[in-house]
Amino acid sequence: MYSEKVMDHFQHPRNVGEIENASGVGTVGNAKCGDIMRIFLDIDEETHVIRDCKFKTFGCGAAVATSSMATEMVMGKTIEEAMAVTNKAVMEALDGLPPVKVHCSLLAEEAIHAALWDYAQKHHIVIEGLARPKSDIHEGEEEEDY
Amino acid sequence: MGKMIYLDNAATTKTAPEVVQAMLPYFSEYYGNPSSVYDFAGKSKAAIAEARGQIADVLGAKKEEIYFTAGGSEADNWALKAAFEAYSSRGNHIITTKIEHHAILHTCEYLEKQRGARITYLDVDENGLVRPEELEKAITPETILISVMFANNEIGTIEPVKEIGRIARKHGILFHTDAVQAFGQVPIGVDEYNIDMLSSSAHKINGPKGIGFLYIRKGVKIRSFVHGGAQERKRRAGTENVPGIVGYGAAARRAAETMEERAEKETRLRDHLIARLCGEIPYVRLNGDPAKRLPNNVNVSFQFVEGESLLLMLDSFGVCASSGSACTSGSLDPSHVLLAIGLPHETAHGSVRLTLSEETTLEDVDFVADRLKEIVQNLRNMSPLYEDFMKKKKK
Repeated sequence: MYSEKVMDHFQHPRNVGEIENASGVGTVGNAKCGDIMRIFLDIDEETHVIRDCKFKTFGCGAAVATSSMATEMVMGKTIEEAMAVTNKAVMEALDGLPPVKVHCSLLAEEAIHAALWDYAQKHHIVIEGLARPKSDIHEGEEEEDY
Repeated sequence: MGKMIYLDNAATTKTAPEVVQAMLPYFSEYYGNPSSVYDFAGKSKAAIAEARGQIADVLGAKKEEIYFTAGGSEADNWALKAAFEAYSSRGNHIITTKIEHHAILHTCEYLEKQRGARITYLDVDENGLVRPEELEKAITPETILISVMFANNEIGTIEPVKEIGRIARKHGILFHTDAVQAFGQVPIGVDEYNIDMLSSSAHKINGPKGIGFLYIRKGVKIRSFVHGGAQERKRRAGTENVPGIVGYGAAARRAAETMEERAEKETRLRDHLIARLCGEIPYVRLNGDPAKRLPNNVNVSFQFVEGESLLLMLDSFGVCASSGSACTSGSLDPSHVLLAIGLPHETAHGSVRLTLSEETTLEDVDFVADRLKEIVQNLRNMSPLYEDFMKKKKK
């Protein structure tokens, strides 16, 4: 069902965890559909380089693998370069996903954008091409709400 | 990878070697068409008659009340569509439940949308049990059919079929049961339970795939579903799947003979596995009734983790299982059964079904429990839901 790369990133996910006092945190997806991704970014305020990137994901194999791959792809990049990491790029880097799993790769892109948005809000800056995240879920939201 | 541990016997089972042996002569040796007149074809015809008898015996039914189909889904479709048509002069109301297999639910939806049927989908309690008093209340003068599954395929709950049959009989309403998961696993007597129609499938009880039957009580006015030749007492046309039918007969007899012993062994292992999972892993719940349950069914939900991930991890250890997660169904919604018993979506996504067989050992279930403990912890460490929950807990 999944490519070897997907299985590798699923079984040995890179950059799992949290970053304390992260520069930006973004959470997207919802538990109802079975996918939630949270991306933590540590960004150098001078150079705008992403020094560290971690993730936590509740979801299927594709969701975990795309999160893992996405963190690898933005690590060490500038914000502008990270903005260019699209869901398509993540999917291609994983040698593709089954058609029913393509929406999982959208979440990875959205999660990075949500974390960047959070950073931009905190630092009162504007990142070109970045819009307010659509499917951000809020901290403290009750699971029973669904 | 080492040894495979197959714990998905509700999906399908291994065809038993003796069943394969029984079938083999009917491929290349006795390949005659049972409808032909010459003596050679008589072998095939006799084999079908024998299998029909073997199956009828398990149900306490008459031979001529067993109609072979291509499987459980066909039997379910036939029972509902043909009964609706045959009894349409008496009414258009069918009572079923929210936890039926899709072969029933989607047929009901079809009858609703295309044929003007009115369907009542009964709620179930938190263990998946239909409340007979609610069922009786749902009966109207228009009610022509009650269809309630014998045992649920996902959570293993065994429904109060005897009571439902009694109510149906009292009101003179046809009673169909989808017994795909129950036939050959638990004792069923069609007379004792007042069952008018019953669907079943061979591959769930170590028989071959592609063969099932619909039991139709004598006197029930069900018309042909597949039109053509005169096979199956003119009610289901098409040259018989002779090897399949022979295999089903052998599997049914085998299942009946070993039922008691299997049930005793599987129940013991089932309860051991449930006790370990629920006792050693926090934030877990057992789905389905703890006692009124198929001997081989374990269904648990682990909070904060997603089912497909669990299955992939189990698979990497050679363990075959299934899940009610949306990700495994191709839709965005988790299992309708788990939602019907009141599970929140995210808990339903984290469900795993482990269905044992007579070959399952204590070592197997202990291995699975040990692995699941690690897998669930690893996935929780990765889960933002778990992170939020633990932070909230600390406050």
